Amino acid sequence: MSGNMNLTLKIWRQKSAKANGQLVTYPVKGISPDMSFLEMFDVLNEEIINKGEEPIAFDHDCREGICGACSMFINGQPHGPKKGVTTCQLHMRSFKDGDTIVVEPWRAAAFPVIKDLTVDRTAFDRIIAKGGFISVNTGNAQDANNIPIPKPDADMSFNAAACIGCGACVATCKNSSAMLFVSAKISQLALLPQGQVERIARAKNMVAQMDEEGFGNCTNTGACEVECPKEISLENIARMNREYFMANIKE
Amino acid sequence: MLDLVLVDGKARGVIMRNLNTGEIESHSADAVILATGGYGNVFYLSTNAMGCNVTAAWKAHKKGAFFGNPCFTQIHPTCIPVSGDHQSKLTLMSESLRNDGRIWVPKKAGDVRKANEIPEEERDYYLERRYPAFGNLVPRDVASRAAKERCDAGFGVGNSKMAVFLDFKSAIERYGHNQAVKLGVQNPTAAQLKDFGKQVVEEKYGNLFEMYEQITGENPYEVAMRIYPAVHYTMGGLWVDYNLMTTVPGLYCLGEANFSDHGANRLGASALMQGLADGYFVLPYTIGAYLSKEISVKAISTDHEAFVTAEKTVQGQIDKFFAIKGTKSVDHFHKKLGKIMWDKCGMARNEKGLNEAILEIRQLREEFWKDVRVPGTNDELNPELEKAFRVADFLELGELMCMDALNRSESCGGHFREESQTEEGEALRNDDQFAYVSAWENKGDGKYELHKEELIFDVVHPSARSYK
Repeated sequence: MSGNMNLTLKIWRQKSAKANGQLVTYPVKGISPDMSFLEMFDVLNEEIINKGEEPIAFDHDCREGICGACSMFINGQPHGPKKGVTTCQLHMRSFKDGDTIVVEPWRAAAFPVIKDLTVDRTAFDRIIAKGGFISVNTGNAQDANNIPIPKPDADMSFNAAACIGCGACVATCKNSSAMLFVSAKISQLALLPQGQVERIARAKNMVAQMDEEGFGNCTNTGACEVECPKEISLENIARMNREYFMANIKE
Repeated sequence: MLDLVLVDGKARGVIMRNLNTGEIESHSADAVILATGGYGNVFYLSTNAMGCNVTAAWKAHKKGAFFGNPCFTQIHPTCIPVSGDHQSKLTLMSESLRNDGRIWVPKKAGDVRKANEIPEEERDYYLERRYPAFGNLVPRDVASRAAKERCDAGFGVGNSKMAVFLDFKSAIERYGHNQAVKLGVQNPTAAQLKDFGKQVVEEKYGNLFEMYEQITGENPYEVAMRIYPAVHYTMGGLWVDYNLMTTVPGLYCLGEANFSDHGANRLGASALMQGLADGYFVLPYTIGAYLSKEISVKAISTDHEAFVTAEKTVQGQIDKFFAIKGTKSVDHFHKKLGKIMWDKCGMARNEKGLNEAILEIRQLREEFWKDVRVPGTNDELNPELEKAFRVADFLELGELMCMDALNRSESCGGHFREESQTEEGEALRNDDQFAYVSAWENKGDGKYELHKEELIFDVVHPSARSYK
């Protein structure tokens, strides 16, 4: 049951990190508005394979907006035109028949292209690793009411923890700054009692790793907040700056 | 992970392929722990992520680890239905929706009216009708089978007719009244009641409703959701003992990848429980007993003959894929396998269907090895080569699942054999004959030997469930 949308895709093709890339034009026909953006890519790749050519490499896994793998820069916006959704949850009904759609990989020095639309985002993993652990004993869980947490704090922490680490914030930022990502990860623990023991070390180590990876600085343009599929708030960046400042004073 | 390495009969390492560079790597170790997830993607469409696969467990199975209860699959009742052939995966709507939503189909088969146009008396709330005590809250397997039964009988809704309604109209009304009382609104209008009700529902399920609207283009506050069951979890997996060791010494298996804990029917939230229990509370205390006996064994170099041979085998498989130069994509075969599995080894199984499925899978496997096209080269990121490895293993596992389902001619948990049901169409157990775990040994060349681990119940005995 295919549909009746015909589109022109201009897709970034790049054989490897060292090769030069270019935009290649692919017409696609019979697209259903019910397809997700990635399913449209599946259809295109099937055609490319049947022609005996090499399919387009793109990152994806859960296809339900939680793994953060799908990284496509669509018509100049990470994850495309719809607010608060990842590429895998973007459906073709968000486009019109006859549209031309330009698809590029995330572009940032710290996210080198591996192939076509796939970039290497292990810089994020290394930042997370620097965040370390929290000191909580396993074994018998204590009664939940032993540690009261104000509802607004729990909500703020939860909202920060919604970050899926997709890298859209970096891709859209004119400075390729990773501050929205790092600040969400620092905030989710700084706001909870369980995160207090390693609070100082965490802020310092994660920020240091972020700088080492070559991400840019924040100039408060706020594009990251607008484009974030999980709508992470800019307030987290302010909190991170405070955490980092306090960590250095306390040292 | 593309192979398990055995030295003197013990698991001593793995062979991996670096996904970015294609490099084949050997890693040696004192023991090997697999925590590699379930094999639901054998059905092509499932709620699993696209990368989920059976390869690590299957390679271990081919190196001697028994595979336990492969046919036990959980089909989740509340998923967004398939919208077309392009469908690549299925999205789960949270089970919590069944707390407030009512599930129904039209009383008239082939009714094409929209949900809102069908009056109350022409709706069949089939779960409430069949299971008055539990209604919409019956367990997953029962809810899934009941939806299939209605759709197969021609009462399904939506374009595909393979869906049922999950309706929040009553919940919105009920919450609206409660909220009006709470807020002290006298004689509220119908519009006010609806608004109040929507607010409560939004607070509880807002994010799920948004996700549904994003995927289907329909607003579930105004029109009933459409849902259909989908593959969600696989209870089967590598057989392990109480220490989580497989039948290969030194090879451990944790989480969904093993067969333990869930029997034939996993209960909600217990996959998380198993992950935590296996990882935190079991393995750290059991693996020491094994390692203590191995401590005097010197580190094994990856130059050891066993590693060299295993690397060669993997390289041989890669070369074989590229040499086929066939005409059809890997996905073509995966979709075909998925359809066979879903139709004949899915929510309901019977002897005839399973026998057909086994032959069809063998035939498909033969076609795959003759006609699959794997483009590109090995020394680069190559998603098609990754898929080819996975589907090759699924094509073998699928057959074993059907063999296991064929062997177990009783109904039990998520496994429903049509030959074994009561007059009312409920699952009929046969504990006299089937109170055992099926542990399959791979004898090579597509041959398997069934080992039975008898289940003995001293205190609580298994019995038929009733939700009437």
